[in-house]
Amino acid sequence: MSALHIKKGSTKHSAYNLRPNFSDVQEQHTLAVVVENEPGVLARVIGLFSGRGYNIESLTVAEVDHTGHLSRITVVTTGTPQVIEQIKAQLGRIVSVHEVHDLTVEGPSVERELAIFKVVGDGEKRVEALRLADIFRANVVDSTLNSFIFEITGAPDKIDAFADLMRPLGLAEVARTGVAALLRGA
Amino acid sequence: MTREMTGAKMVVEALKEQGVDTIFGYPGGAVLPIYDEVFQQNDIRHILVRHEQGAVHAAEGYARSTGKPGVVLVTSGPGATNAVTGLTDALLDSIPLVVLTGQVPTFMIGSDAFQEADTVGITRPCTKHNWLVKDTDQLAATLHEGFHVATSGRPGPVLIDIPKDVQFATGTYEPAKPTASHYQPAVKGDMEEITELVAALEVAERPVFYTGGGVINSGPAASQLLRELVEATGIPITSTLMGLGAYPASGKNWLGMLGMHGLYEANLAMHDCDLMINIGARFDDRITGRLDAFSPNSIKAHIDIDPSSINKVIKADIPIVGDVAHVLEDILKVWKARGRKVNREAIAKWQEQVSEWRKVNCLAFAADEKTIKPQYALQRLEELTKKHDRYITTEVGQHQMWAAQYLNFEDPNRWMTSGGLGTMGYGFPASIGVQMAHPDALVINVAGEASWLMNMQEMGTAVQYRLPVKQFILNNERLGMVRQWQELLHGERYSHSWSEALPDFVKLAEAFGAKGIICKDPKDLDDAIIEMIEYEGPVIFDCLVEKHENCFPMIPSGKAHNEMLMGEADTQGVIQSTGAVLV
Repeated sequence: MSALHIKKGSTKHSAYNLRPNFSDVQEQHTLAVVVENEPGVLARVIGLFSGRGYNIESLTVAEVDHTGHLSRITVVTTGTPQVIEQIKAQLGRIVSVHEVHDLTVEGPSVERELAIFKVVGDGEKRVEALRLADIFRANVVDSTLNSFIFEITGAPDKIDAFADLMRPLGLAEVARTGVAALLRGA
Repeated sequence: MTREMTGAKMVVEALKEQGVDTIFGYPGGAVLPIYDEVFQQNDIRHILVRHEQGAVHAAEGYARSTGKPGVVLVTSGPGATNAVTGLTDALLDSIPLVVLTGQVPTFMIGSDAFQEADTVGITRPCTKHNWLVKDTDQLAATLHEGFHVATSGRPGPVLIDIPKDVQFATGTYEPAKPTASHYQPAVKGDMEEITELVAALEVAERPVFYTGGGVINSGPAASQLLRELVEATGIPITSTLMGLGAYPASGKNWLGMLGMHGLYEANLAMHDCDLMINIGARFDDRITGRLDAFSPNSIKAHIDIDPSSINKVIKADIPIVGDVAHVLEDILKVWKARGRKVNREAIAKWQEQVSEWRKVNCLAFAADEKTIKPQYALQRLEELTKKHDRYITTEVGQHQMWAAQYLNFEDPNRWMTSGGLGTMGYGFPASIGVQMAHPDALVINVAGEASWLMNMQEMGTAVQYRLPVKQFILNNERLGMVRQWQELLHGERYSHSWSEALPDFVKLAEAFGAKGIICKDPKDLDDAIIEMIEYEGPVIFDCLVEKHENCFPMIPSGKAHNEMLMGEADTQGVIQSTGAVLV
């Protein structure tokens, strides 16, 4: 061993962002995957996650470049650093995938999600729901005499917080889009 | 130059443009227009198999023995689903295939039409990529892209699903354009990493090359460069099952195959080395055994064209992503430029250690005068065929491991076996594909009787095309490897691991119009093998061997490289419950 001057686990020159030491700590990463907009591409990405046993916390997909036929999939996943590296490498070798970005590593990034909440109630609860919605800058997009639908955008934890507050006030239904994310700066 | 033609004609045109001379297939309703075009030309030979799985394995044999992509043409529904095992096999062993499937017309897709299956859905996880072509104008470009994807980067199978109306419709044929695809995997390795590897190689005291199928896939140049590097440095070299032949078995630095049934000297060299240079192998579980005890004191360099192979199982200290031939060329260049240094003194000592291990003679077995030992059969086969222009295929099981141990491979592309998926039934159709590519060569499928029966219908194909493939069946009337595991792991309860009601293989051969040979006495074996070699046609050789022979050496599941079982005496109570749950 002494004859070799390489530290075990050294990957300092790697182009693949290999960590010197893999730990067992679960990390949450937001990945942006730019894919060819063709039939079945989402199935390829989802199939990779289910087939290899990776987690999907949230997933959004939409076409972002019509002329270039490109879609952007934003996927929030959790795993050990080794698993996260595997996910990126596995995504990268799907033929229809053009780019894979780990926004958590390449960051800082802006993450936003849109959610709509249906809150049913009357009297004091209804007033309180409206007041809290104002604090969270949620918009009322539908109203009846005993219900509201609020629209809110923000980072996922802000939406979680809003959901927690609405729950005792008559939260009936939620629809969330999942995370869309971009790196900050130019 | 673009031309108007039907989709069916485009298929044939694109295959011609891609240089395809042979396709393996089976017709059916949804591919009739393509078969009509195949009928009206003479540039491409079509081999009619007897089952679509056979077509895919035959194409694999063709591809592995030539380095060119194998091409398959089958119909929709059952034609496509029968191809799934072959596709998965090719995916795990990185074999370039282009599989064309017919599909019901576009306007019937989704209606549960006759022989409709969601082929691209079913084959998505077992192909490198697949396409459903809905527009005849896109067909030619997709076919060309299919060949590009199958053969670029880490090779693999692709599938193109072509609805029948797309075959009938007329469109514009686009010739292949080399720059059309965004899929362009990098082939050059990082020079900084390569330099670091060379620096490690210069000072290492106990280095070992651990090579795999990636060397074969990279092409003949990779094997040449590997040989140059090994000879120049004197570093011992071992190989996985898939990589046999990249370095010649007669080479003085050859350790033999490593892994679960690898050679003693190979596994101990891996365990004790201080620098492991993995070239085109993927740290498969059959290789590593127990991970936390795998080569505990070595620096590991890993050369692989697929970034996802690196750090998947074993952490790489020096990761190099690139094509083996390109990387080896750069390694040699850098190593020569830095003065061709190695730690001669330490390596000489290391070679001595290897020689000590070799003296254990781990492949020794107790020969028998009355019964043919399977190892003996393979020793004689090796002796009597080694001077021939020889290609070997195998099925899966004990015979496969014995073939890897007792047959010697001097060149790449001469050894075709199902490694990653372990597909029983692979070897016979593969031998047909190999023989199609090399009509004058001696092509032998080393088989077990159970594996062989899985695709025995291909006897019809062999006889129809007068392919003189030799089916060398080591018949122990057992599922030998299953039996071995039941003996070691399941209290000798041999649940369903024997072959009852076996056919008379000689009569079976004759029924197909081939030759059958049976041999059960060791004294008759040489003459029988010579008779098999000299017969100008397909032969089924029923070699009745010892029924209870186990395959050694063996690293039991859950054990490390230095915990090999060398023979029957070592087998008592060796596998603990933690190992028993592994496969």
